[in-house]
Amino acid sequence: MTVQLVIFFLLAGVAVAGALSLILQRHPIHSALSLVVVMMALAGLYLLQGAEFIAAVQIIVYAGAIMVLFVFVIMLLNAGEEERTNLSRMARYVGLPLGTFLLLQLVFWIRRAPAPAAALSAGPAPTRKLAMMLFQDFVFPFELTSILILIAILGALVLAKRES
Amino acid sequence: MSAFLVQHPLLVVSLIKVAVLMFLMMTALAYLTWFERKVVAHIQSRWGPYRAGPHGLLQPLADGLKFLFKEGVTPEGADKFVYYLAPFLSMSLALTAIALIPFGPKDISILGHRTPLSIADLNIGLLFLFAITSLSVYGVALAGWSSNSKYPLLGALRSSAQMVSYELSLTMSVVGVLLLAGSFNLREIIAAQYDPRWGFLRWNLFALPMPQVVGFLCFFTAAVAETNRLPFDLPEAESELVAGFHTEYSSFKFAMFFLGEYASMVTVSCLATILFFGGWLSPFAETPIFAWTRFLPAALLGVAGLWLLQDGLRHQKRLARVVLSMLGLMLGGVAYLITRPGVLDFVQGPFWFLAKVFAFLFIYVWVRGTLPRFRYDQLMAVGWKLLLPVSLANVLLTSFAILVARR
Repeated sequence: MTVQLVIFFLLAGVAVAGALSLILQRHPIHSALSLVVVMMALAGLYLLQGAEFIAAVQIIVYAGAIMVLFVFVIMLLNAGEEERTNLSRMARYVGLPLGTFLLLQLVFWIRRAPAPAAALSAGPAPTRKLAMMLFQDFVFPFELTSILILIAILGALVLAKRES
Repeated sequence: MSAFLVQHPLLVVSLIKVAVLMFLMMTALAYLTWFERKVVAHIQSRWGPYRAGPHGLLQPLADGLKFLFKEGVTPEGADKFVYYLAPFLSMSLALTAIALIPFGPKDISILGHRTPLSIADLNIGLLFLFAITSLSVYGVALAGWSSNSKYPLLGALRSSAQMVSYELSLTMSVVGVLLLAGSFNLREIIAAQYDPRWGFLRWNLFALPMPQVVGFLCFFTAAVAETNRLPFDLPEAESELVAGFHTEYSSFKFAMFFLGEYASMVTVSCLATILFFGGWLSPFAETPIFAWTRFLPAALLGVAGLWLLQDGLRHQKRLARVVLSMLGLMLGGVAYLITRPGVLDFVQGPFWFLAKVFAFLFIYVWVRGTLPRFRYDQLMAVGWKLLLPVSLANVLLTSFAILVARR
């Protein structure tokens, strides 16, 4: 087994463990922290593929910004431990089959997907390639996404604005 | 050991470098607290630490021992796991950042392997540093939350909002430098500022086609806020929040927060040096007129040694006489050593790098001793309404200037 395979299984194990802990934890803050662990493990997997830029952005955006806001809101609302209600008990019986179904779907489609044409190469400047793709080949969808986010921000502003 | 070394040279050499840097860093951080107390004291017409050792030089040791032996109190109802995790996160993240800093241009040789003067030399060095900075919010936020106490919680809320807001301007303010250098790699960013004829006039601060003075001011302001230092230390404003997020921490866990804060101060100073002030480059041009500047490190050390010697010999206590004059002699010896032919070349890079970093650390302390604390609404207004637009404008202007210059 090569070193890279060992690191892959290590990171994958951490990611799966983090994801399980995310669901099983009772306290929202603990769940949020588990999600951060998952994000970091994913960043490690990207790094293993030679996608340095994506790995760094994954940490900066997801672990460093979005999850911080999650934690911030949980702290602000002072959310306590989750309690079991009738609905959540029901979710256990419906959720398990649905989850298994989703997993099987994923396995099915991934197996049918064509193998990548060429192995990913780390290249001398993958960041440059990525920039070219984002700002030349896919500039329209990219800008469309940013407008979408802008609309979301405006919506939040309108909702948060007090009526005078 | 030797077989292992042959198989994994990178691992062994890196481990040695990590151990040495850790030791140096810990000592430097301890003495940074001494330095800060001394400078602030002199700004306020006091003497500062003076009792433990000559000139209070043993004060960091005394503080460290006290931190180690004090009782560690855990508040009732605290979330134990997170409560212990938070100081650990704070310190380890801050120390990790140091691993990326290149201290000099020349390689060194450890156990027969040539290796650069930094632990990790990443293509995405700067981005990785920002990733670590963005994670450091967790240390503060989780500490405040897990303490199960109102002042820490308020401090943590303030600080997460503050750090997330200023991170934006921090990142935006360096984009100009990235455009000029065309790389995320810290070594390449420094190399892009090198010019043997013009010296410091080619540093990014003054670089053509677009001097990054505005970018630097935005960067430093945002960085001071990001490290929670005065005048932006609202997370721990003692007049309002007792001590903010670390109110409930004692003994070594408190020391870890402390070390983390000082380590991030060092990181920010290193970053400012690398991005805007030419890193390890000498400010003087490489012309025969300035050849004498190569002996500046030795001269400075020699003068410092002489001063210590005379100060030590005039001291009243016998211990101080011995210690200070020994220190003076040691500095003199080092000064002589670095004029040796091989060493002279090697020392130039690290000397200028550390000198610039030291200047920034002094500015940090100077600012702390001079400026009053911002009010919270002022802090947010400065971050969002002044720093962010100005740094965005800097990005636009720089890209425009580069485009025009390339025509």
